[in-house]
Amino acid sequence: MGLKIEDISFTYETGTAMQVRALNHISCEIPDDRFIGLIGHTGSGKSTLVQMLNGLLKPTQGRILFNGEDIHGDGYDRKNLRAKVGLVFQYPEHQLFEADVLSDVMFGPRNLGLSEEECRKRASESLFMVGMGERFFKKSPFDLSGGEKRRAAIAGVLAMHPQILILDEPTAGLDPRGRDEILGLISEMKKKLRMTIVLVSHSMDDVARYVDQIMVMNNGKLVYNDVPSEVFRHHKELETMGLSAPQVIYIMEYLKERGLPVNTEVLDIQSAADSIMACMGPAGRGRS
Amino acid sequence: MFENITIGQYYQTRSPLHSLDPRVKLTGTLLYIISLFIVNCAAGYLLAALFLVCMIRLSHVPFRYIVRGMRAILFLLAITMLFNMFLTPGQVLWQAGPLHLTREGLTFAVKMAFRLTFLILGSSLMTLTTTPTQLTDAMESLMRPLKVLHVPVHEIAMMMSIALRFIPILMEEADKIMKAQMARCAEFDSKHLMKKIKSMVPLLVPLFVSAFRRANDLAMAMEARCYRGGEGRTRMNPLIYRTRDWIAYGVVFGFMAAAIALRVFSASLPFPLNL
Amino acid sequence: MIKIRKLIHDYLKHDEDGAVSEEIRALAGLDLDVKPGEFIVILGHNGCGKSTLAKHINALLFPSEGEVWVDGMNTVDGEKLWDIRQEAGMIFQNPDNQIIAQVVEEDVAFGPENIGVPGEKIRKRVEESLKSVGMLEYRRKSPGRLSGGQKQRVCIAGVIAMRPKCIIMDEPTAMLDPSGRVEVLKTARQLNREEGITVILITHYMEEAIEADRVIVMDKGKIALQGTPREVFSRVEEMKDLHLDVPQVSLLAWELRRRGLKIPADILTREELADALEKVIS
Repeated sequence: MGLKIEDISFTYETGTAMQVRALNHISCEIPDDRFIGLIGHTGSGKSTLVQMLNGLLKPTQGRILFNGEDIHGDGYDRKNLRAKVGLVFQYPEHQLFEADVLSDVMFGPRNLGLSEEECRKRASESLFMVGMGERFFKKSPFDLSGGEKRRAAIAGVLAMHPQILILDEPTAGLDPRGRDEILGLISEMKKKLRMTIVLVSHSMDDVARYVDQIMVMNNGKLVYNDVPSEVFRHHKELETMGLSAPQVIYIMEYLKERGLPVNTEVLDIQSAADSIMACMGPAGRGRS
Repeated sequence: MFENITIGQYYQTRSPLHSLDPRVKLTGTLLYIISLFIVNCAAGYLLAALFLVCMIRLSHVPFRYIVRGMRAILFLLAITMLFNMFLTPGQVLWQAGPLHLTREGLTFAVKMAFRLTFLILGSSLMTLTTTPTQLTDAMESLMRPLKVLHVPVHEIAMMMSIALRFIPILMEEADKIMKAQMARCAEFDSKHLMKKIKSMVPLLVPLFVSAFRRANDLAMAMEARCYRGGEGRTRMNPLIYRTRDWIAYGVVFGFMAAAIALRVFSASLPFPLNL
Repeated sequence: MIKIRKLIHDYLKHDEDGAVSEEIRALAGLDLDVKPGEFIVILGHNGCGKSTLAKHINALLFPSEGEVWVDGMNTVDGEKLWDIRQEAGMIFQNPDNQIIAQVVEEDVAFGPENIGVPGEKIRKRVEESLKSVGMLEYRRKSPGRLSGGQKQRVCIAGVIAMRPKCIIMDEPTAMLDPSGRVEVLKTARQLNREEGITVILITHYMEEAIEADRVIVMDKGKIALQGTPREVFSRVEEMKDLHLDVPQVSLLAWELRRRGLKIPADILTREELADALEKVIS
């Protein structure tokens, strides 16, 4: 069933009679078992939108349905909603507080009122899922490396068994190795747990090869909502929004301009190389 | 929930009050606060209110902006009033069980409320029109005599100004951490007191960790920019008294004199000014 | 400008009694020479020792072994400490944790005030510095209202107001969004070209290294690779082993070579790639 967003708007009131419209009539659906990239530059409204999805912020207009029910309806259990729509904030390592990693990951399940045994089981499963074995369980979260802290924090949300997992710029501030590790981990989680993942980012290069749907936000509006290759066809428009298509697309576009009949709808280096090799013909085969 | 706090924040604009020497504003604010405890009758409070309104007008800070900062303290104000109303002995006006509302308590509570409100508005007016750096310089300059007693005047002033700078940053951080914990199903609005205290742990621990990290970073950044205490430091804008500052001193002392006079002659004032 | 010889740095971990329980070697015998006016980019993943190196140049850390010389001054020479910090300015990752004042121009004045510049001259320097980072119109604003890139530019102005010969930037773009990154990088390049300030930029975004005079890749406290961007990025395999990115064009060219296409190994732009492919076809 998933989430259904019906014509929502949101206006921030910032003090001296200044109003900022952060979201402007957004409608979309976030179905089950889907990998979605939510892209937009700073201030485009993407962080506001994700905080709507688990009920942390209430839209000033419109409604949000989760599995068919209005999340701001009378008597709706929003605490349970937050377990089902998990949200991992930017720099999530800043939320760690317990004495050891395992207890920190158990914080979410405990808030759900589960038995101690069940909390422990979920926490250790989640930690294994993010690649943190038993040797980490009793460590202080403050002694972990940057990448490990972030994985522990993700496990903390995972332990609530969300149906939809939203990650707000999970690779911010990480080095290329940390970034690849986290992104690899997320796509593995997607495959194993068959949940919906919403990956918030401002880098097309990061999300392009993982996601099967891209939502682009600009000035509080949802501009595109389509499969990656369709969205990247608008790379000129993306640039006016301070975004860009993956670098490899620009390379292929340029080669095509120069007269090489290459395929411009590629998303990674491997398929780009395939396409170039194909149009080089026998001339390209150094060995022949 | 934290974005409404304006106490201690600087409001950037051009106004006669902004351009005054910070030493005048600091002394003026202190004298104003003292005067609030000198006056004891309606006329005195009227004078204090008048003075405050004039100053707010002179500051060009929107009135609504200043009042918004009051909201955070409303709770404190209400508590103080309630305590005073019911716990002051005197002529009973109304009674419910063990609670006595007395005439003396009521007058005292109203006066206290006025004092506190004026006090907070007055001191936030100072911080709204004075940058922390100016405030630091003023404090350092006014407290200079204490240096003889080996009081670390410069260091105290510097710490205060840094604290003021980091209030909004830590408020924003607290808000973020709170949301992150709420996303993990934490509840911060529990009615149960013990639960409420316990629920603060997941907020306060990360907040302290972050504050320490920031303090560490800041110390290093300051060292990298050659900071080594007050010794040998110069100022971009050294404090110099101008004519308008002397006039301002005059106005403040004039107000002070009026406040004292009103107290001395309060008994001979006509009703209702003598209340 | 900067001369580093056999620099070793050990971080000591203390147990509860204050005794040394663990030694972590962050820098393991590093040599480096920086010429005046150079634009150097240091790449490397977290924990490779690049931040430790930066702090040595600004005399915030001192060598366990080896020597660091800045403009002819040894960093362990206590008398020269403040001269070194004035000549080799430093920018850190998080702009929020570097800004001391609540008004832009007061923050820029902080450095010159510390080194005892007279008030009249400070005002002039503040104005010039803010102008050179393009932030003059924000001089009376509160830093809290600026974007990340703008804040970092204010920090840079605060350093140039001290008239340094060299600026070391320790991951100044790590916490910024793409537009903020571009702003900061543009400012750094401009200071290098127009004012001749030596820049050492530490980053893990390889795209920031493409226009550098020299790229230094660090690993395990040592220099693993160095050379012009072209030299470094053509060594795709070694860069991959170090878990670092190379430009997509270089990566594509490398992949095509691996598949047997006869094109040069040091392709850095798409024009060069197209030229090379056309050559193969004809």
